[in-house]
Amino acid sequence: MIDMEEKALTAEIKLLTFQVGKQEYALDIMSVREIRGWSKATSLPHAPAFVRGVINLRGTVLTIVDIADRLGMGRTETNERNVIIVVHTGKETVGLLVDAVSDILAIKKSDLQAPPEMSVDNNQTFVNALIIVEERMIRILALAAALPSDTMEVA
Amino acid sequence: MSDEEDPMIEIKASFFVECEELLESLQDGLQIMDDGEGDTETINIVFRAVHSIKGGAGAFGLDKLVRFAHQFESVLDGVRSDTITADRSAISVFFQSGDILADLVRSARDDTDSDEDRTKTVLKELEAILGHNSNEVVEEEVADFQPMVLSMDFGLDDTVNEPQDVPEHPPTDLPAFEDGFTINFVPDSALYVSGNEPLHLLRLLREMGQLNVYCDTSKIPPLADLDVEKSYLSWAIQLTTDEDQDAIREVFDFVADLCTLTIVSPESGGSIPPISPPTPPTTPPPTLPALDDVLTNEASKDIVTDSVASLSTPPAPEGAVETVDYPKNIEVAPSMAPVTAAKSNASPDAQTASKATKPRPTVRVDLERIDRLVNLVGELVINQAMISQSVQEADLSTNSAVSDGLDEFMQLTRDIQDSVMMIRAQPVKSLFQRMSRIVRESSALISKSVRLKTEGDATEVDKTVIERLADPLTHMIRNAVDHGVETPSDRLAAGKPEEGVVTLSAGHRSGRVIIEVTDDGAGINRPRVLQIAIEKGLVTENAQITDSEIDNLLFMPGFSTANEVSDLSGRGVGMDVVKSAILALGGRVTIQSEPGFGTTFTISLPLTLAVLDGMVIDVAQQTLVVPLNTITETLTLAQDDIRALGPLTNVIKVRDTFVPLLDLGAELGYRLPMDSYIGAIVLLIAREDGSHAALVVDAIQDQRQVVIKGLQDTFGRVPGVAAATILGDGKIALILDPVDIVANAGGRTRSVQPNLQLAG
Repeated sequence: MIDMEEKALTAEIKLLTFQVGKQEYALDIMSVREIRGWSKATSLPHAPAFVRGVINLRGTVLTIVDIADRLGMGRTETNERNVIIVVHTGKETVGLLVDAVSDILAIKKSDLQAPPEMSVDNNQTFVNALIIVEERMIRILALAAALPSDTMEVA
Repeated sequence: MSDEEDPMIEIKASFFVECEELLESLQDGLQIMDDGEGDTETINIVFRAVHSIKGGAGAFGLDKLVRFAHQFESVLDGVRSDTITADRSAISVFFQSGDILADLVRSARDDTDSDEDRTKTVLKELEAILGHNSNEVVEEEVADFQPMVLSMDFGLDDTVNEPQDVPEHPPTDLPAFEDGFTINFVPDSALYVSGNEPLHLLRLLREMGQLNVYCDTSKIPPLADLDVEKSYLSWAIQLTTDEDQDAIREVFDFVADLCTLTIVSPESGGSIPPISPPTPPTTPPPTLPALDDVLTNEASKDIVTDSVASLSTPPAPEGAVETVDYPKNIEVAPSMAPVTAAKSNASPDAQTASKATKPRPTVRVDLERIDRLVNLVGELVINQAMISQSVQEADLSTNSAVSDGLDEFMQLTRDIQDSVMMIRAQPVKSLFQRMSRIVRESSALISKSVRLKTEGDATEVDKTVIERLADPLTHMIRNAVDHGVETPSDRLAAGKPEEGVVTLSAGHRSGRVIIEVTDDGAGINRPRVLQIAIEKGLVTENAQITDSEIDNLLFMPGFSTANEVSDLSGRGVGMDVVKSAILALGGRVTIQSEPGFGTTFTISLPLTLAVLDGMVIDVAQQTLVVPLNTITETLTLAQDDIRALGPLTNVIKVRDTFVPLLDLGAELGYRLPMDSYIGAIVLLIAREDGSHAALVVDAIQDQRQVVIKGLQDTFGRVPGVAAATILGDGKIALILDPVDIVANAGGRTRSVQPNLQLAG
């Protein structure tokens, strides 16, 4: 997402799409480091509910954020099919707990639509753009806003 | 020479690293001189250190640094040649000069401003010393050493320079040279094509002894005819050296077939035929024009001006080359390696200097690489734990090859871990040297005479610990100077020498590093401390307080005993900051004080921040690690031990004291308080003030070394959690900070039926 503006509108970007609750979200594939299966996280005391804890990612401590909980859709019930998407945001590496990873899409920048302003909907700030693929609406996740760094202080 | 940018940056970086070392040996030398144990070699070391810094600085055009170092060097040279006596006051100026030199080096490195005024003051003082005693000897010698300074400038200038204004000493003038070698060196064009550089060769020669170089520029054609690719210059060199001819030849080893070389040894007589360059004479090698200047001129900037001036002068005269009569032609010589890169500039002297201080062979390694290695070893330890666990689960016999191999593997892992930790360890010497500066500056500020004695400065401590110790130690040293040591008049009245002594010592004791700051001052004025504490409401008036408790009041936030706030300290932000900084390093700090004889602050630190001895515990299905050094005791509670305190709190009776009972699971928010704590396991945690608290845990699993993994910043700071580690099963366990937990504890250990509990 970082270079999104720099590229011409016709440029193609690749998106990784995934399921959160019953909704479909997507991330620029360039910010995705790896995808791994769910393993039980060590919970952190006094952390906000959407921070599920930390796991061992080959020797580093990785924070796991429950995206569904973060987006206000309730805590994800974990099972073996849950997936952790390891993303890097420029500052830090975080794991996103999602229900499933669906697909990789190549789309044109010009196909991205700005999300309509809807002030009641407080998770609207977590969506950067929308895109319609085969009649499905896919939301592009605003990673920086969704991550806990700024919310921790409040919590 | 194709890519000039990167190598320069790299070389510059290594110059600054070298500077740090040189500054360190400078400090050492000055300290020895100050202790009155200096000999000629000490002064030489000091001189060489300053000289090398100057040399390198000149090469990089760091004018301020060069100017100051030059003055400093001149004075030191006077000391070296016994024209200046290094008395107490002179040495104190030298120390200040060393400090300024360090400042200038740092400001050059970080591209920041230095304290001009101070530099000027000290420069004046140096001048004063020089003025009293100096004589020409000093100047001359300095001039002698100059060449080092200039070299880099040339390299950069040479493309522009026309070689003309050199021939002040045409080869014809070459005097008969009786007690040295006479070398005639005529490079082929090919020599330049292959990237060799006569300047480097000349420098190498200069290292062998007294050198006079004359450049023959007469072959240079008028500018219009000049072919830049051709070699027009040749050199006549006189060298007085102890080395033999082979050594000289070795210098030219690498260019042997790219030049015409004649070496005439002192013993041999006779004359040689005039030398003619094999190739048509041609373009000047860049460096040449200035070479002469280099050897005679004083400061590098002069040279630069010279070379600029030379640009405007007309092209070289078409003078014929006069042949020179040499005693005897020895032979055409082998050549020599182009000195590897520009690094040679700064290093020859540095090498000499370090030789003098008995160097051990060392390798300079990027800290990043070491950290990576430390991380990898951490992985190895974790992996080994995982393997052991699966072997155990596989239920193999203890005699099986796998088990044997695993035992050996464990031993090796432990050894590797220890060795890697040792790489990160550094002597505390550099830290102590910074402190001696603090003592000098702070004692001068409040007109006390204080000297710093250091002991055990070879003690090695983890690099991170050293870095993070600098601030607290600075505070403590300042305090010792300001509050600890009395004023000179008080000292004399107490029958002590006027000069106060602050001792800084380091050593290893039972797996920890102990650092002590001792002053020989008046000791802690306990009545006064107590009075202030009462005034500030830190203790109640009638409180019964022991001496050591009074001493510990110094660590309370907002406490200051100084009657007035001095420039140095007394704002009351000192000791509590010191204490928390040291606690953050996993250390402890204690005070001992004897009225009339002084005060000792003792810091005890873990050897490394990378591993920790911990107790692995279970609480509410979570596995956690509690640092072992915070646990004083573990207990199983019996019914008698638990007493109700408030409606929601309990205390337990440990021998004859009552200790607050805290439920770890509840404090961490993992569960609600339990109904009953009878039979529960508690850890007794020592708090900073010496009191205790009891933490209830579900089970104690193990006691072992764990590798510390930092939590990412994502969390901000998690209260009560110090770090994380990875257990044998690959899961992450949090390392608790029990002191923090206790300090912020709610203390609720009864959730329901308070009445029943009260009755019990």
